[in-house]
Amino acid sequence: MKLLLVDDSSTMRRIQKNQLTALGVSTIVEADDGAKALEALSVNPAIDTVLLDWNMPEMNGLACLQKIRQNPSWSKVKVVMCTSESDKGRVMEAMAAGANNYIVKPFTPETIKEKLGL
Amino acid sequence: MDKKWLDSFIAATARLFSTMLSIEATAGTPRIKIEPFPTFDVSGLIGFSGLAQGSVAISFPRETALKVVSAMVGVTYADVDRDVCDAVGEIANIIAGGAKKDLAELKLSISLPQVVVGKGHILSSISTIPVTVVPFSTSIGDFVLELCLRKNREVV
Repeated sequence: MKLLLVDDSSTMRRIQKNQLTALGVSTIVEADDGAKALEALSVNPAIDTVLLDWNMPEMNGLACLQKIRQNPSWSKVKVVMCTSESDKGRVMEAMAAGANNYIVKPFTPETIKEKLGL
Repeated sequence: MDKKWLDSFIAATARLFSTMLSIEATAGTPRIKIEPFPTFDVSGLIGFSGLAQGSVAISFPRETALKVVSAMVGVTYADVDRDVCDAVGEIANIIAGGAKKDLAELKLSISLPQVVVGKGHILSSISTIPVTVVPFSTSIGDFVLELCLRKNREVV
């Protein structure tokens, strides 16, 4: 798995990166907002999975997800939302926009493993 | 404050501590804040809008903030630096998001977090919404939540 980790919180990225590394994910690219995530996907075509926060400055996670799903080059990229937005409406909104799965913060390493299919 | 709203924030706080720090956070008796009321040294704040408006703040003494963030991130922090502030903001964000799930009828949107640092700073509300303070105790130190939330006049 080659994963793009997108979260505006540097410490949340650090927590997730530590857990993902322990779970055997060897390639992890980071971005701190949706726009930078799209740039990272453009320059790293091998990325196959995006772990995507929702509430971020510049471009939020939902807008980023919509952009990813509009680009045929990224049609096979798996997008898993990882956010504190936990109400049912938000989950349904993300799934309707093309998210493959949804992780609610706070999460355990077991949840990350299960939702990413590791 | 509506008891259901209060319970949602208390449950979201306890859930964060148990899930990401493996630490039990126990809520004490809520009280109405009478200003000026000095808070602790590091506070994370989130604003709400929607069918209700208000905010939630989590405020830690310096040493507790360092211990909480160190336990959450898995790195020992000795100073309230950029990373510690970032983590306190994320803690506020996770609590706000967790409580929001249980308050679906209010259709709340949450702001990006802000963090205030300063010994004994005062979080002062300019609105007329009463602020409820919830003290919490944990094995690594105490902290408080400050909550203010009120339905908009047109939906009351």
